[in-house]
Amino acid sequence: MTEPETAATAAGRPSGPMPPSMQFTPEGRLRHLLTIEGLSPELVTEILDTAESFVGMNAQTVKKVPLLRGKTVMNLFFEASTRTRTTFELAAKRLSADVLNINISTSSTVKGESLLDTLRNLQAMYVDMFVVRHADSGAAHFIARHVAPHVSVLNAGDGRHAHPTQALLDMFTIRRHKGDFSRLKVAIVGDILHSRVARSQIQALNLLGTGEVRVIGPKTLLPAHVEDLGVRPFHDIRTGLKDVDVIIMLRLQRERMDSGLLPSEHEFFQLWGLNEERLALAAPDAIVMHPGPANRGVEIDSRVADGPRSVILEQVTYGIAVRMAVMSLIVGASVNQGAAQ
Amino acid sequence: MRLLIEQGRVVDPAQGLDRVTDLFIQGGEVVALDTPPQGFTPDRRIDARGHLVLPGLVDLAARLREPGDENKATIASETRAAASGGITTLVCPPDTHPPVDSPAQIELIHRRAKQACGVRVHPLGALTAGLQGRQLSDMAALKRAGAVGMSQALHPVESPMLLRRALEYATSHDITVFLHPIDHALAGAGCVHEGRVATRLGLPGIPEAAETTALGLLLALAAQTGARIHLCRLSTARGAALVARAAADGLAVTADVCAHQLFLTEADVEDFNALCHVLPPLRTRADRDGLRRAVAEGHIQAICSDHQPHEADAKLAPFPATEAGLSALETLLPLTLRLVEEGVLPLTEAVRRITRGPADILGMPLGTLSPGTRADLILVDPQRPYAPAAERWYSAGHNSPFLHWRFRGRVTHTLSGGRVIHETAARE
Repeated sequence: MTEPETAATAAGRPSGPMPPSMQFTPEGRLRHLLTIEGLSPELVTEILDTAESFVGMNAQTVKKVPLLRGKTVMNLFFEASTRTRTTFELAAKRLSADVLNINISTSSTVKGESLLDTLRNLQAMYVDMFVVRHADSGAAHFIARHVAPHVSVLNAGDGRHAHPTQALLDMFTIRRHKGDFSRLKVAIVGDILHSRVARSQIQALNLLGTGEVRVIGPKTLLPAHVEDLGVRPFHDIRTGLKDVDVIIMLRLQRERMDSGLLPSEHEFFQLWGLNEERLALAAPDAIVMHPGPANRGVEIDSRVADGPRSVILEQVTYGIAVRMAVMSLIVGASVNQGAAQ
Repeated sequence: MRLLIEQGRVVDPAQGLDRVTDLFIQGGEVVALDTPPQGFTPDRRIDARGHLVLPGLVDLAARLREPGDENKATIASETRAAASGGITTLVCPPDTHPPVDSPAQIELIHRRAKQACGVRVHPLGALTAGLQGRQLSDMAALKRAGAVGMSQALHPVESPMLLRRALEYATSHDITVFLHPIDHALAGAGCVHEGRVATRLGLPGIPEAAETTALGLLLALAAQTGARIHLCRLSTARGAALVARAAADGLAVTADVCAHQLFLTEADVEDFNALCHVLPPLRTRADRDGLRRAVAEGHIQAICSDHQPHEADAKLAPFPATEAGLSALETLLPLTLRLVEEGVLPLTEAVRRITRGPADILGMPLGTLSPGTRADLILVDPQRPYAPAAERWYSAGHNSPFLHWRFRGRVTHTLSGGRVIHETAARE
């Protein structure tokens, strides 16, 4: 391994335009959630603990707390999404916020308005929190860098870069089933290259001290120097799944076949799809996860997706609690106080 | 106007000169060194004690944005920036809007440059009509109008066959062809080096092989056709090694690198810093070191600015959506002097890479202070600190990652044809 590269060779170079503390206020409180990178294990644990307190609440008949009362949350989606947008919306509503959904892929940016202009216009409506999804990596950072000081940005997925709340809800799900991360072997299977979910999961798993994180897929779907992310790469799913405690399947996009990354969906399923026979190679109590929406018969067999080891629907449920936790921590409201009301 | 530059340290690699002496200018030319010509009485003396006296810099790649992108910059604004940075001759690529593929475009650029501050501007002509890569341009007419070479800029040529024809046709007219070694299919939609940082940030990458495979093709065609090819903006150590080997085999190829590639790496893209979005992309530290070696050993004969001024909005978007390139005229000399400071190469060789080296590639009698040549020269105070800052930046494009870096060495005077076209105030 070569020595880590540092930014500038030159003395006297000022710090970059965006210090790593960008996600935090000067007092060290979480201001934006853009990526898992730079969070402390303590903060992640705090988010997960906070989410626990919301899980029970979500099952009750009255599902609201007033933690975000009077706040306005805007779901700013430059890319289509159903599940993520809906769970963010529910999370904000259960915290009593006013919620607006804006679907920009069919709106003004198509007419040539720049992202910054769109943002300034929306900000002029006194929004407190933007929940942003965008097709370009770095979009959430860009927006966070340009919003007014009182506005927070929550990254709901930017390009191939990050999807931190998805990773957090996955950690929440794993913790509920497995407890201690240090003894776990976790395998992420499929299209790592294009996956923001995988990048954030890998960072979160390593942050929480997971025993071993593996990625499994053909070389065309693993990014260059993937091992630098702190994972062990496998091309063969049988070796890769051996004795793992958690299997995370990723969605395979149809267009991957057109760009020569794979010969066919059929071959992918043959070689990397999760079926019952392969699941048997994992630890006897291994759980199966998928960020959704799953392509049945492409990356996962229906019998596994709907089987007893699948926690895919739990992930969706926990998604609301975890997003509530993140939003309430960002607004800085005391959860105990809120839950007591 | 008779001018005496007194007691400066004259460094002229073309003459193998490095000594403190007087330099005499008359009629726009350097007329003598050391001792005045008979009857020489200066109209003006410039005290150059403690200063370097260097040939004016020759920059092989500066986009001036005219015609077509005047919202970014103009020939007037950018030649002024060049003068402040000690550049007296610059070459502009043909990818303006419309592209430089007709004599009228060349004449327009010459005319605008003539009305500007006195920095000489030499356009490259388009290698193919409209830079579309499908049909040869009127190269001979472009050359007659003043194009100093042909280039396809960053646009692809349809097929190796057409590229071969273009090279052969250029050779028939004794034209140097400036080519960027980029395989566009391999580069794809990439915007950063395909490596560790791209993997972490999830940015689409441009692999090293996008450069090396293109070099393989270009070097093979150079051997096949005997064309004079100049390879523009090398970015990989392996690419530099391929070029060195080809030169050792006797191929007529030369190469350049942009100054920022000798300092920045992929790590500078960390945090989605759009100011470091450049093409070819910033690569690894090993690449940077390999490029530095190739510059030191002379396999890369020229360091250029690859100046690309942008309006602020061009960089105000998520990283992949920003426009590539940095405003670099004003940091070409400071960065080159920094190579000397960091022990990469001696001063004479560093100066050669920005004066006589590029002049030789152009086949022009520039980049020297030998008597009888045009008096394009600069004075540099080597000890004076320089921290580029927006408020004393001349280029219309403020898109530089080097703003607020601290350099040592500052141009104090720039002369073009014996005329002082820039003087830096004693207090900045």
